[in-house]
Amino acid sequence: MAERPGQLRRIGGGISQLLEKICGFSRRCVFRVLSMGPLPNHLAFIMDGNRRYAKKRGLEDGSGHKAGFSALMSMLQYCYELGIKYVTIYAFSIDNFRRKPEEVESLMDLMLEKINSLLEKESIVHQYGIRVYFIGNLALLNDQVRAAAEKVMNATAKNSRVVLLVCIAYNSTDEIVQAVKKSCIEASGNYKHGDTESGIEGMDMEKQEKRIQLVEIEENMQMSVAPDPDILIRSSGETRLSNFLLWQTGNSQLCSPAALWPEIGLRHLVWAILNFQRNYSYLEKRKKQL
Amino acid sequence: MLSLLSSLLCLFFLFLISCFFITSHFCFPLSLPKLLGFIKITASRDDDNKRDKGTYVDGEDELQREMMPRHVAVIMDGNRRWAKQAGLLTSQGHEAGAKRLIEFSELCFKLGIHTVSAFAFSTENWGRHKIEVKCLMSLIQHYLKSKIKYFQREETRVSVIGNLTKIPESLLRTIQEIEEATKSYKNKHLILAIDYSGRFDIVRACKSIVKKSEKGLIREDDVDEALIERELLTNCTEFPSPDLLIRTSGEERISNFFLWQLAYTELIFSPVLWPDFDKDKLVEALASYQRRERRFGCRL
Repeated sequence: MAERPGQLRRIGGGISQLLEKICGFSRRCVFRVLSMGPLPNHLAFIMDGNRRYAKKRGLEDGSGHKAGFSALMSMLQYCYELGIKYVTIYAFSIDNFRRKPEEVESLMDLMLEKINSLLEKESIVHQYGIRVYFIGNLALLNDQVRAAAEKVMNATAKNSRVVLLVCIAYNSTDEIVQAVKKSCIEASGNYKHGDTESGIEGMDMEKQEKRIQLVEIEENMQMSVAPDPDILIRSSGETRLSNFLLWQTGNSQLCSPAALWPEIGLRHLVWAILNFQRNYSYLEKRKKQL
Repeated sequence: MLSLLSSLLCLFFLFLISCFFITSHFCFPLSLPKLLGFIKITASRDDDNKRDKGTYVDGEDELQREMMPRHVAVIMDGNRRWAKQAGLLTSQGHEAGAKRLIEFSELCFKLGIHTVSAFAFSTENWGRHKIEVKCLMSLIQHYLKSKIKYFQREETRVSVIGNLTKIPESLLRTIQEIEEATKSYKNKHLILAIDYSGRFDIVRACKSIVKKSEKGLIREDDVDEALIERELLTNCTEFPSPDLLIRTSGEERISNFFLWQLAYTELIFSPVLWPDFDKDKLVEALASYQRRERRFGCRL
């Protein structure tokens, strides 16, 4: 009689392991079918709906973000299994600093915990050989989070299989402003180096214009380490960009599944990719026309 | 038994018939959101005593005056598919599209929207067939020239934004003529994006800033979002950032239209082709916009 609960637990564990293996096998079959068509090279996610999820389930505020993190890990696993090389996520916007201080603090604590966990041996970073970039105005973060982010970036700098770009303290308009500032500094640096003898009045207009042409805004953007996203997925049904990758998503397929971010699953990813494949030949034709 | 079956069948058919009147055509799966929307609208219509009629736009019970967007942008997609479906030429599709734009903007201004901007011709469109491009250019010129008096009568300011270096001289002259003729009007503004690309707009603004910085007119520290916004081509309007962007024909992409300006814009992708995007569809889109919760990154 005393053995029964133990036996039941073992049987339960065995069944769940079997179910996991069946799900994994079915998932790999679905991915093989999807791979018959063109696959996106770069996927971007706006992880919206964590707070609404917590409210819906009657959980305390921070639990929504924790559930969101689990959903993120699953989504990353699916993307890298499918063979998508670049994944970008909108983790924290500069606008989010305007939320309640307690919420911002708890988000920063959660991010510090999760950033540090990326360096653990069992983490997804080591499993898939991910190179991690933290994109954004990192000076706005507290010292601990910034130091942790820089540590992860240095530790994964040699990985080259797949790339994860985490947008933190990020706004697309801020990214463009920083790129312009960098271009201004470079242009004035070039000017000082090249024209010590003649003044600006002595230089002809053509030479001036040519030097400005060389200053490429795009090269100075932080997101230049990755190609433009093929698909942008925003969860929770809202259809707006919220100042995310405005420059880069000009020709991206936009998807807005109604599911809140912690509820996002494989079926939403598959649907987004099928839509991408449907439009792929038309978009390729247009690119060739240019 | 028979009477129970017949009552169930009657109820079922009653449900189907009411759905038939709610949806514009009989389709499976029957649209539950539309059914709920119909019930909500019908219930609210009976409640006349409690509604403050001044809150709503004249003639439109679904649209609240205060929540109307100030700037609506539209990507007019679907002219060629519309023409193909109707068995017409592509040029006739574009003509129907131009006519629809005039009606659309007139309707928007009547509903209290201040600025309407339309993506008439993208930089990428130069890659289309030469004949189609030529036809589009002459269509735009014809419409602008013939509508100068109309815009003056309606006191609507017309602006054209874009690269404009490749367009025919005659069209450029017409654009200058219409901009000059309507520049003094302030309450209604129609912006046409011709040979426009969002990236070109941003690069142009950034180059202008870099040049000014080289000449010592501004310092690097002065460069901020407001400065870049002032340098963009949408600086011709009081409301450069659209509150709402509508793209027709079901495609869900921005296609290099406004990029910077769409940071917080609500996007609506309608499956309807542009020449079919009539008043009902516009009101539906505006009602959907008014139901949205705009948070701008924070909790409201």
